[in-house]
Amino acid sequence: MRRRNDPSAGGHAGDQVFAGSLTLFGGGVLVVFGLIVLVCVQLSRPAFAKIGFFHFLAGSDWNPVEDSFGALPFIYGTLVTAAIAIVVAVPVSIGLALFLTEMAPARVRRVVGFFVELLAGIPSVVYGLWGLMVLVPLLRSSVQPALGKAFGFVPLFSGPPLGLGYLAAGLILAIMILPTIASVSVEVLRTMPSSLREGALALGATRWEAIRMAVLPYARRGMLGAVMLGLGRALGETMAVTMLIGNQPEIHASLFAPGYSLASVIANEYAEATGAIHPGALTGLALVLFGVTLLLSASARLLVRLSTGQLRSAA
Amino acid sequence: MTTILMALLINGAGATFPFPLYSKWFNEYNKQHADLQFNYQSIGSGGGIKQITERTVDFGATDAPMSEAELAKAPGILHVPMVLGAVAVVSNGVPDGVKLGGDVLADIFLGKISKWNDPRIAALNPGVKLPDTAIAVAHRSDGSGTTAVFTDYLAKVSPEWKSGVGAGKSVKWPVGLGGKGNEGVTGLVKSTPGAIGYVELAYAKQNALPMVALKNADGQFVKPSIESTSEAAAGVEMPADYRVSITNAKGKGAYPISSFTYLLVYKDQGDAEKGKALQGFLWWAIHDGQKLAAPLDYAPLPKAVVAKVEGTVKSITVKGAKSDLATAK
Repeated sequence: MRRRNDPSAGGHAGDQVFAGSLTLFGGGVLVVFGLIVLVCVQLSRPAFAKIGFFHFLAGSDWNPVEDSFGALPFIYGTLVTAAIAIVVAVPVSIGLALFLTEMAPARVRRVVGFFVELLAGIPSVVYGLWGLMVLVPLLRSSVQPALGKAFGFVPLFSGPPLGLGYLAAGLILAIMILPTIASVSVEVLRTMPSSLREGALALGATRWEAIRMAVLPYARRGMLGAVMLGLGRALGETMAVTMLIGNQPEIHASLFAPGYSLASVIANEYAEATGAIHPGALTGLALVLFGVTLLLSASARLLVRLSTGQLRSAA
Repeated sequence: MTTILMALLINGAGATFPFPLYSKWFNEYNKQHADLQFNYQSIGSGGGIKQITERTVDFGATDAPMSEAELAKAPGILHVPMVLGAVAVVSNGVPDGVKLGGDVLADIFLGKISKWNDPRIAALNPGVKLPDTAIAVAHRSDGSGTTAVFTDYLAKVSPEWKSGVGAGKSVKWPVGLGGKGNEGVTGLVKSTPGAIGYVELAYAKQNALPMVALKNADGQFVKPSIESTSEAAAGVEMPADYRVSITNAKGKGAYPISSFTYLLVYKDQGDAEKGKALQGFLWWAIHDGQKLAAPLDYAPLPKAVVAKVEGTVKSITVKGAKSDLATAK
């Protein structure tokens, strides 16, 4: 380690206090994280003891009356809605970021950038209400029937057009994570040295070629980080999803069908859950959500490492 | 130095359903007793039971009476009925006052009857034009006392519901979409053609939703109202601890999906001042307070029940000693 960065080596008292308090703050995050996990494990123990952890994870029956709890429909709903959100939001938001940094005139950039940031500040319950009053009727009356007519042979787009369901929740999540991904991507693109872009253009690349060959490879890592931030929000979003997903703990192949997500069921049922098993099962779901988020961000990191590694070996 | 008279603060927590009425009550009572202040957190019946059990609040509030297991953890607790509430069955696309029997309602929520013009519905509604639309079931997605009362009723009138689904604050619904809160179900019913759902009476009235007239235990079709809800409480044999379900109650005009909502207090109060104040408030609530119920769509307790609850309120002791209220009246 370089001596300059070693906090214990500072000579001034002020430095030492500063370094000490920073360590405290950093450590505090770990302590809070540890306490949350600890409490969740403690609270969910009675449920795991009765149901069995693996049975809980793989079970698909959720029946509070009979104390039978399985997490699978919720894991499925969380993953499906987050996947829809990512599939829809990533191309749009990266396109938006490229437009804002590469093409838009300064004035447009300022105005559009302002509205994108405004979008990020809207409370999720407002998104949920908008979804309920605008998006759901639209899906039910026109989008879903049209999709069903054209692609009804694919299980994904089969079934009656209910409006509420995976698709509605996924689409609202896409809108909610769009500003996150777009604004972080814009920041990433801004840090890019203009010499790279200018070099590509000087070599005779068209604008599209410069973006594809110089800009995107440079920004790939940062953009993946942006997508991860968006994914994190999509996985944990509660209110808007609860209002739109239909709240039915079942697994359906069709995106039109109602489902349920991990965060939603906790929000819905915790306040009135009595006894030891039901609240335990709900905190168990919180642990599962923790696990899912951890697993996904770890694999994304791995993906980044692999892709940049390839880049280096190719260069 | 001037002496500042600190208001005595009484803390409570629990059911959300009676919250509008309770806050009105606390406000009115505070006007008459400036030295007394109430702080009520409407965190849900489950939370209210937990907190009064752990004695972190002075009183709890719940819609569904406590279970035997919960009672065992809180010895010496009293259920004091405050008012009654009704759960209205509401619909979209069929006329107001459409008639349904309990068995038919259960089969709709079981998914066995899926069209509004089903012969079984038509047989109950001669002369009413029923649409050929699919029935879309809407239910609460959050755990709630409303669901507990509604499923308790269905379990009483349908053996298949009792064995297949059961009763509780959260149940495994065979069909339908879930909405969060009364407003969520109201929204679902309003926006879905052919929908049927259940909400508290106040929501059904404020949103002018068409209500179903249900066949009660006496074979009469009754729509939910303040009067028909109060009548349901009059037709029930009242046990000493008031822990009784009044769904499917007898009585000509009784609405079958009704329930009490309770305050939970310990029979022996540990704090002399608070205990006395709480007792005074309860006495006021079952007398003067009842007049404030109907404008907010809660049904007042029937006279016979009030007479009985008076005895319960008088029986509250402070550190083992009988209070003035008990000796005075």
